[in-house]
Amino acid sequence: MLRFTIRRLLELIPVLLAVVTVTFFLIRLAPGGPFTAERNYPEDAIQRMNEFYGLDDPLPIQYLNYLACAIRGDLGPSIHNPTRTVNDIIAQNFPVSLELGLYAMVFALLFGLASGLSAALRHNQWWDHLVMPVAMTGICVPSFVIGPVLALVCGLHYGWFNVAGWEEPSDRVLPAITLGLGVAAYIARLSRGSMLEVLPQDYIRTARAKGLNEGQILIRHALKNAMIPVVSFLGPAAAGIITGSFVVETIFQIPGLGRMFVMSAFNRDYPLILGLVAFYAVIVVFFNLLVDLCIAWLNPRTRAHTVA
Amino acid sequence: MDTLLEIEDLTVRFDTDEGTLTAVEGVSLSIGKGETLGLVGESGCGKSVTAMSILRLIPSPPGRIESGRIHFHDRDMLTIPDQDLREIRGKSISIIFQEPMTALSPLKRVGHQLIEAIQLHEDVPKSDAARRAVEWLGKVGIPDPAQRMQSYPFQLSGGMRQRVMIAMALMLEPELIIADEPTTALDVTVQAQVLELIKAMKRDETSLLLITHDMGVIWEMCERVTVMYASQVVETAALRDLFARPRHPYTEALIRSIPKLTGARGELETIDGQVPSPLAYPGGCRFRDRCCKAFERCELEMPPLYEADRVAARCFLSDPNQSVPPI
Repeated sequence: MLRFTIRRLLELIPVLLAVVTVTFFLIRLAPGGPFTAERNYPEDAIQRMNEFYGLDDPLPIQYLNYLACAIRGDLGPSIHNPTRTVNDIIAQNFPVSLELGLYAMVFALLFGLASGLSAALRHNQWWDHLVMPVAMTGICVPSFVIGPVLALVCGLHYGWFNVAGWEEPSDRVLPAITLGLGVAAYIARLSRGSMLEVLPQDYIRTARAKGLNEGQILIRHALKNAMIPVVSFLGPAAAGIITGSFVVETIFQIPGLGRMFVMSAFNRDYPLILGLVAFYAVIVVFFNLLVDLCIAWLNPRTRAHTVA
Repeated sequence: MDTLLEIEDLTVRFDTDEGTLTAVEGVSLSIGKGETLGLVGESGCGKSVTAMSILRLIPSPPGRIESGRIHFHDRDMLTIPDQDLREIRGKSISIIFQEPMTALSPLKRVGHQLIEAIQLHEDVPKSDAARRAVEWLGKVGIPDPAQRMQSYPFQLSGGMRQRVMIAMALMLEPELIIADEPTTALDVTVQAQVLELIKAMKRDETSLLLITHDMGVIWEMCERVTVMYASQVVETAALRDLFARPRHPYTEALIRSIPKLTGARGELETIDGQVPSPLAYPGGCRFRDRCCKAFERCELEMPPLYEADRVAARCFLSDPNQSVPPI
């Protein structure tokens, strides 16, 4: 298991190199540069800033310089936030996104599993017929619709929550729901489907023939099997929640990393774009590794493959 | 002989998309204490559904037990409360399933699954339950049983898994074991071993309901035989009696179709025609289209089950009141 983990972490190196390389040259292909703005800077000012940030060097040199710094853990300065380095921005803004993502994930898991499993246990009854269309809607409606509607209804109309901001604990509720609802809906459908696949299996009948009651059958024999597809989905979902939070962070004015990412692209803030892309790549790989370890723990069959 | 289990007039139907399917209709059979009853018939004739009904293991929906009584110790298994039913399941009546590949929980260690069954029915500490499980794995011929307790089902061969199932079914010393085609999914070489094992492990006072479509298995294992055809019982008789003097033409045809080691090697005997669809059984005798002895009456009315002294046959030719054979 340890060897598997180490091997997967080593695989991170080529992945990161590829991501950084592709991103580095892609953003240079885009028209404009960090100093292209509505108000035109004087020619010599741009000249001096390009010199300062090393943007006048030949592209391969810039690339190698960037790699040399990045290997030492220095992701460079942010051109549009002159007082902060990319490392500062990640250190300050990521915890906010992480916190938001965590709440969203907990909400998605609790809500999704509860409705999905209860629908499976009442297969083809009214509860099932109610939950599934609602879940389908939840998957289809994008967060930039859910967010404003929630802010409008729960914030403006009823005044239960602040419409935006990230100060009070209650400010976490609406963004977390907005971010987690789609995932919750997906988990609901996924867990219902896998539960319905597990329940008619022979080994469930064996458990029943042994004399276990329905609750014991569910917890001891059905749940673990039914959870495998859900857990497989959780990795990409968690990475998606954390990296995809920029819409929600914009709607609710949350000082998270997602917003910085969007801004960096708008401003062609090269070091910030590169740094955040690399950081997100690490997160995606990390969550996928976490999921693979969870699956290995759940399923002895994959464990055999994982160890070998 | 004391009767341990008696099924009376059991009817089970399934609601399917194509209509209501009759799986079991008016089936009656009984198993004596310590007796081995073979339940034989071709695939889809309702023998498994009959057996699963005993412990109410028919998935519902789509299945429903429409009528009937299943007496076990003066209690009707079809009406006892769930709590009492669960106490009987696994403890007084246990099942060996057909598919050892899928009948064990895939994510739980074999030992865990055995211990779970013991602790469910007996108030013993886990260490005692584990000791007993190891002992039984040894008894059913699993090498290195203590080691095997830690195995997951996928790490065992089909034959080994079926041995685990047998250990699970026998270790609580049930009064009745239901074996639902226990060897069908196994290699021919392993089949004989598993049958021998069931025979050897079964205590004298334990009854066995053995479901199979293999007349050879019936001959090896059983004392009495009930033959099913198209959801009904067509004949019940003692083993030797059945083979020597089958009362129903279907039984006769089944016996004829057993391949023989001696004599001329020709084509295998088969029964012409097809089983009628359980979605719409025709009136009259259900075997008449395939029966070489059928006559007019067989088409007009369903023959009743003529019963006398633990022997029964559903054929007009077995009518004790009809002395003149037709044609």
